[in-house]
Amino acid sequence: MQKEVMFAGFGGQGILLSAKLLAYAAMKQGSQVMWIPSYGPEMRGGTAYCTVVVSDRLIGSPIIKNPAHLVAMNRPSLEKFAPVVKKDGVVLINSSLIPVRSGRDDIQELIVPANEAAVTLGSVKCANIIAVSAFAAKSKMVDIEILRKCVQEEFSSKPKLIPINMQAFDEGLKIAAAS
Amino acid sequence: MAKVLMKGNEAIGEAAIRAGCLNYFAYPITPQSEVAEYLAKRMPEVNGVFLQGESEVAVGYMIFGAAACGERVMTTSSSPGVSLMSEAISYIAGARCPAVFVNIVRGGPGLGGILPSQGDYFQATKGGGHGDYHLLVMAPDGVQEAVEMTMMAFPLAEKYRGPVMILGDGLIGQMMEPVEFPDNLYVPPSNKDDWATNGMDKRGSTKKNIVKSLYLDPKVLNQNNLTLKAQYDQMKREEIRFEAYNTDGDYQALIVSYGTMSRVCKTAIDNMKAQGLEIGMIRPKTLFPFPEKAIHDAASKESCKRVVSIEMSMGQMIEDVERSLKGKREVTWFGQCGGDIYTPEEVAEHIISLLKN
Repeated sequence: MQKEVMFAGFGGQGILLSAKLLAYAAMKQGSQVMWIPSYGPEMRGGTAYCTVVVSDRLIGSPIIKNPAHLVAMNRPSLEKFAPVVKKDGVVLINSSLIPVRSGRDDIQELIVPANEAAVTLGSVKCANIIAVSAFAAKSKMVDIEILRKCVQEEFSSKPKLIPINMQAFDEGLKIAAAS
Repeated sequence: MAKVLMKGNEAIGEAAIRAGCLNYFAYPITPQSEVAEYLAKRMPEVNGVFLQGESEVAVGYMIFGAAACGERVMTTSSSPGVSLMSEAISYIAGARCPAVFVNIVRGGPGLGGILPSQGDYFQATKGGGHGDYHLLVMAPDGVQEAVEMTMMAFPLAEKYRGPVMILGDGLIGQMMEPVEFPDNLYVPPSNKDDWATNGMDKRGSTKKNIVKSLYLDPKVLNQNNLTLKAQYDQMKREEIRFEAYNTDGDYQALIVSYGTMSRVCKTAIDNMKAQGLEIGMIRPKTLFPFPEKAIHDAASKESCKRVVSIEMSMGQMIEDVERSLKGKREVTWFGQCGGDIYTPEEVAEHIISLLKN
């Protein structure tokens, strides 16, 4: 069984980091994993996106045109990629920055006011952690407790940032549970 | 050792260190600059040398200098940078010095673009620089194989006293996969006292070693070329590496593909198999020497009606496939450049349409 998720947003929103944390968690739970960034001209001042593939067997093609899921952190990302998500996939919409919806009724929308929730916690910078935990909880793509450990480890060199990111992680779980 | 999640570029840097390479000279270029970034940090930790040259031309000759001294040395670059280094590569081949070159290929010709491509197949396998020489060229299909080939490249360069190239592409450099660094691929450096300019005092000798590629006496030059040819002939006997995929049973068509493109083809083959259509593939892991016999034998199977060379280039490897087939079967080309890569669905669609005709 292979699942793919595309993370997309503006450069600086922590897109690549969210995707990397998910990939770490998948690797630690024993899955095959591949993390494929966009590094083309579009990342210079436009949309940054990154795909994570998780599978129980060797992964073939790194070229994914139709991911199972999407985490859209800004409006251009939702408009560009929502149409290519596979049926029944999870489409996370960062409603703090995206006033519209996917326009599809064959996918599961997960509405997450990631920026607002992050500001309430004390820093807009943890919006990506809220998004990745909410997404993981809804999609069940990786084990939540393993992902939590990966987030902790990521900030191990900056221990001051661990508490707020743990709060952000729990906030994401809460939002997913309420949806 | 546990697996770690690493970018291809960083993994290549780490693999060089694990292979005992303590000299890395480079000039940054997308999509491989992370190798330099990684080794700028790592080399000082192992008392190695990281040096950014003023250009790729300079880097090529820094490599020549270190290699002539018998040191394990590597550079990494991408297509336009490798063109600039090609003069030095020819000198290094002529002077018979071991060195490792990594080309994380981007689109060309000219400045081209920064996205993945296989457009440097001819440059890597047929020369690039002037004169009668070859590189031993290995093409990884992912991060793990990039690590293994990088580690193997150093002892191979020493075995044949010549430059070895790892031919990747932008995707292999940029993507992350779990990797491990196999300790058993480390081979201690060979003794180079009989030719390297490593210091008469150090080797306790009164004989001068001279490393050069200039031979004005035609007989002597011819002898140097014969020596090189003997090395390449030995590579053809001992170093051909390939993977055969889904070739045990009958198949209606044979794909020849390498690197990133072969990963896409594998998924296409799996998907077609699920629909009851059997397609085989030969994936060259070494592009020089080329797995001619494996391709000829696989294409000769009774059930095989078509042979397709699938490339992220405009029909380069197809020339070697055609040569391998010796007229036994016709081969057609399928590919695109620029950075967009065919999906497994597009590959399958193409194969299916070929078989209908």
